[in-house]
Amino acid sequence: MKEMYDLIVVGGGPGGAIAAKNAAELGLDVLLIEKRQEIGDPVRCAEGVSKICLSDHIEPDPRWICADLTGSRIYSPDGTMVEMSEEMSGGEVGYVLERKVFDRALVDQCARAGAEVRVKTRATGLIVEKGVVCGIYAMHLGEEYEIRSKIVIGADGMESKVGRWAGLDTSLKPADMETCVQYLVTDIDIDPQFCDFYLGNEIAPAGYLWVFPKGENMANIGVGVLGSKSGDHRAIDYLDKFMKDMYPEGRIIEMVYGGVPVSGPIEKTVSDGLILVGDAARQSDPITGGGIINAMEAGKIAAEVAADAIKKGDYTTNTLNEYETLWRSTIGKEIEYSLVVKETFVKFTDKDLNHLAQSLSNVNFYSLSLKDLLYALFKANKKLLWDLRGLFKDVVNSNFEFKYKNDQAD
Amino acid sequence: MSININRYKCGYCGACVGVCPGGALELVETWVEANDCCTSCGLCAKICPVGAIEVKK
Ligand SMILES: Cc1cc2nc3c(=O)[nH]c(=O)nc-3n(C[C@H](O)[C@H](O)[C@H](O)COP(=O)(O)OP(=O)(O)OC[C@H]3O[C@@H](n4cnc5c(N)ncnc54)[C@H](O)[C@@H]3O)c2cc1C
Ligand code: SF4
Ligand code: SF4
Repeated sequence: MKEMYDLIVVGGGPGGAIAAKNAAELGLDVLLIEKRQEIGDPVRCAEGVSKICLSDHIEPDPRWICADLTGSRIYSPDGTMVEMSEEMSGGEVGYVLERKVFDRALVDQCARAGAEVRVKTRATGLIVEKGVVCGIYAMHLGEEYEIRSKIVIGADGMESKVGRWAGLDTSLKPADMETCVQYLVTDIDIDPQFCDFYLGNEIAPAGYLWVFPKGENMANIGVGVLGSKSGDHRAIDYLDKFMKDMYPEGRIIEMVYGGVPVSGPIEKTVSDGLILVGDAARQSDPITGGGIINAMEAGKIAAEVAADAIKKGDYTTNTLNEYETLWRSTIGKEIEYSLVVKETFVKFTDKDLNHLAQSLSNVNFYSLSLKDLLYALFKANKKLLWDLRGLFKDVVNSNFEFKYKNDQAD
Repeated sequence: MSININRYKCGYCGACVGVCPGGALELVETWVEANDCCTSCGLCAKICPVGAIEVKK
């Protein structure tokens, strides 16, 4: 490790890896640190990702793709099923990844692009001079280091401290987080091309339960419960009950715990000398909980803004605010839209959910004039279609456009 | 402060760190540490997906 870099990226998840890679490609001298000794492990993810957005950042590789999905099914509390298949969603559904291998492939890309990578290296604080972030304190194998940089990118995930050290309040209320447990279950009978979602207040209060195939006879089965509803019954209790009811013979070969931010955009994600990306900036989708793509998009934007700032020699919010503008007008728009959906969704009773599902169960999706909207929604990985149908009027009235993801498809 | 984190139950996911209003918690590789900024508000105990935290007021 040197004493000085152009850019230090804290965190080697998808957000940090894409930021470091793009910054290195733009000619910056970059250090990426990751506190874990192995990139991507343990996993905190259900590993579902939209195809089209993914290939903007990395060439799809069978080494980290476990399943290629052709559709999804949503089950309401009374068992009414709404099915959405590939033709309906414009041929673009998603992959289920092997995050351990995927995350490492992203870091490999960034190392090859010229970034210096240090694992088992944890940021323990920020160097702040006259209110400007100008480096980090770090610990590697028990030794302490002081490393300076022109800009720091905090991509340190759910447990982010980097923003807080710089005075940005990134703490979440329990109602702004889904608390999750997932098992990797093998030797079960599942459809390897469909992901299933189960809704209901007995199954997953103000959240959902998912079954994402990871190949033949294997799936990520997990549940997310809104934090404000967690207490006497926790995510793990809901998942154990579902397993007992639905897959009593399933063999659990991995356990995953995690929290997903569902707060919607937070107030500030930059300060002088600092940019936050991904889960650290609470940029995951409030309705699907998906955060991989948003973290990568934000990482790319952050790298470009950082490179620009370094060219200009101004690392203050004057230039870094460009990052706020850019992410809020792209991924931020969709996050905000999802937040509206989430706020409606969490109030639904089981009766509402059944009613919505029943009203959709006879619909031929082809015949809907909403097709363009549905198309865009699918691509954006919005699984809970019927909620959106209820909100469609609002959407039309506010003229919401899914321009951003559509542009990407072109 | 009286917070007890059962490190044998904890899966080091960081959810508790994300909700702590005062920044009293830190996920250090594979365990969670609490410092004396803890106000015993109990949010971390509420959010933990497996119930690995106990907070006494
Ligand atoms: C149960 C669950 C299911 C999910 N399912 C999906 C899904 O199906 N699809 C989807 O798109 N998203 C999903 N997500 C969300 C997704 O996992 C995250 O949004 C995504 O990983 C965010 O990427 P990131 O780079 O911002 O953060 P992370 O991937 O969390 O990476 C942050 C990294 O920073 C490191 N770090 C933290 N602090 C420090 C420090 N002080 N010093 C050095 N390194 C540090 C961490 O060790 C970690 O490696 C799910 C999340 C959970 C919990
Ligand atoms: S929320 Fe629970 S499992 Fe997750 S890190 Fe905190 S104590 Fe551990
Ligand atoms: S009890 Fe409250 S203040 Fe104390 S560690 Fe938990 S969340 Fe933080």
